[in-house]
Amino acid sequence: MTALTVTRAEPDTGTPMLDAHLVVVRDSFRLDVALRINAGEVVALLGPNGAGKTTAVRTLAGLLPLSAGHITLAGQDLDRPAARRWTPTERRPIGVVFQDYRLFPHLSALDNVAFGPRRRGLDRRQARQRAAEWLDRMELADYGRHKPRQLSGGQAQRVALARALAVDPALLLLDEPLAALDARTRLDTRAQLQRHLAEHPGATLLVTHDPLDALVLADRLVIVEHGRIVQEGDAGTITAQPRTDYVARLVGLNLHRGWADGHTVRIGADFVLTIADRHDGDVFVAFPPSAVALYPLRPDGSPRNVWPATITGIQRHGDNLRIQLAGPVDVAADITPAAAAHLHLAPGQPLWAAVKATETRVYPAGSPRTAGTD
Amino acid sequence: MFRTDDTRPAARPDEAGSPQRRRRDGRIPLALLLPAALGLLFLVLPLLGLLVRTPWTTLPRRLTEPGVLTALRLSLETATTATLLCLALGVPLAWLLARVEFPGRRLVRALVTVPLVLPPVVGGVALLLVFGRRGLLGSWLDSTFGITLPFTTTGVVLAEAFVAMPFLIIAVEGALRGADTRYEEAAATLGAGRWTTFTHVTLPLVAPGVAAGAVLCWARALGEFGATITFAGNFPGRTQTMPLAVYLALETDLEAAIVLSLILLTVSVAILASLRDRWITGP
Repeated sequence: MTALTVTRAEPDTGTPMLDAHLVVVRDSFRLDVALRINAGEVVALLGPNGAGKTTAVRTLAGLLPLSAGHITLAGQDLDRPAARRWTPTERRPIGVVFQDYRLFPHLSALDNVAFGPRRRGLDRRQARQRAAEWLDRMELADYGRHKPRQLSGGQAQRVALARALAVDPALLLLDEPLAALDARTRLDTRAQLQRHLAEHPGATLLVTHDPLDALVLADRLVIVEHGRIVQEGDAGTITAQPRTDYVARLVGLNLHRGWADGHTVRIGADFVLTIADRHDGDVFVAFPPSAVALYPLRPDGSPRNVWPATITGIQRHGDNLRIQLAGPVDVAADITPAAAAHLHLAPGQPLWAAVKATETRVYPAGSPRTAGTD
Repeated sequence: MFRTDDTRPAARPDEAGSPQRRRRDGRIPLALLLPAALGLLFLVLPLLGLLVRTPWTTLPRRLTEPGVLTALRLSLETATTATLLCLALGVPLAWLLARVEFPGRRLVRALVTVPLVLPPVVGGVALLLVFGRRGLLGSWLDSTFGITLPFTTTGVVLAEAFVAMPFLIIAVEGALRGADTRYEEAAATLGAGRWTTFTHVTLPLVAPGVAAGAVLCWARALGEFGATITFAGNFPGRTQTMPLAVYLALETDLEAAIVLSLILLTVSVAILASLRDRWITGP
């Protein structure tokens, strides 16, 4: 332990552990993302495939140089093209868990974990000692002599995590750490990962396309689409007030942008939705699919928002069915199988959709993001 | 007629198991089969001839003749030394070609393969012109260090290494290209520089390729004749390797030539057997 000077969580005085502005320009793709992560904080970088998540990780790891911007970790510039500053990967205080783990196939689990400490100055005995401690913490004490190919997916994932954490990184990078696991293993491994991330004193960046991973594991979410941040904030804000279709789909909400005038919101050319609260100007309207009721004939009575719709798709969704509807606005509706049987649902079928004003959530669209990017 | 009809259903399950193979088997054109068989015969017949003409009764005595053992030992020693030399220089060169982008890389790769296609005698002449007593480097080596390379055992090693190194480089470069650079990236994130990554990650991962290349290189060095006789001459005990001994014996003592050839054949087959998993079994 002695030889490793650890860049531990310094008493936080407002300067984040990681302060980065990642700009990579490549052909037609441009990544432009600002990230600040405090010591001990877990930030999830969430986005669809091709959003630039992996590119971001590679720049932080030093496997890809920035085109512009900067990476400052624990007060040290790792990459700042404008000042011609560059720290190669092997001298960055980072740990990386790759999506495919990349455990060295010719080394035992123990030697895989000891590899990092050994490179950072510990002698062979100390490095192995340290590796054994980490395997023990991962509940893999009995698997030290196993080669990677003899480990299960979940075990390999934990060895990869131990290997990355064994160097006490100031920044831990996790690139889709659970993507390679089957559903069942994933559940257990996610719970364990959550515990280890909570204990990690450095900053953590988790890259994932799975909203569940992000919501469970991260303190804060940063959502990227097409190389840019579209929304960031804590899980509560993001799930309550999505600002893009992608985020809305992730958190399972119908999202529309419109122009509010008192208790109505005009969406598109001629669709007007009645809302519960007063709003004015550019707003988002969100409501869950479960709030959408379907009727074979135009209903009378309480719901004040009623419109004709056509079924475009039917999928299973948990215990319910999710019905995709086209109409003046495209929405998704969740109904029970019993209700579906009653309605004799089929694609192409016309029916009536209704949403109560009290079930809609309206919030301003024009305001800047929850937390700004510079 | 009826019998064929009867047997058909019985054959059917087998047919169903591998219908494609069966159909292909039935249709080998004679125009391909005949030259193929002739080609095989052409390759195997001389080896059989060697075995047929081997004086089996006097073999033990022949084998222990001092000249034979001297040539054999010299051959094994020089081929092994040449292989070590090739490993020391060729593996780094192969790494450079496989992993580093530099201007003129294609040219370097082409230059490396030249000895592969060059007639070995020409190689020997070229070596003489550079390392000979009056050669470009040879005269300097001679005057400064008093080192003479041509017509010495060291000269044999140089000639063999010159001819055999491309085999090693090509094999190792291929292995390096096939090896996953993702592990090298992982090593870098764990604090390993390029040298440590090479010794601790890359080399162990391509070890089978390096071993195969080394064996091929060694076999080529063992059989080297043209460059050796041109650059190092034919002095028994000093530069007369097995192939040279075979050639010399052919003029005086046919049986001795056969025995020496048989030894080389045995060594070659042993090498082939050691590599069978890698190269002989096809896809």
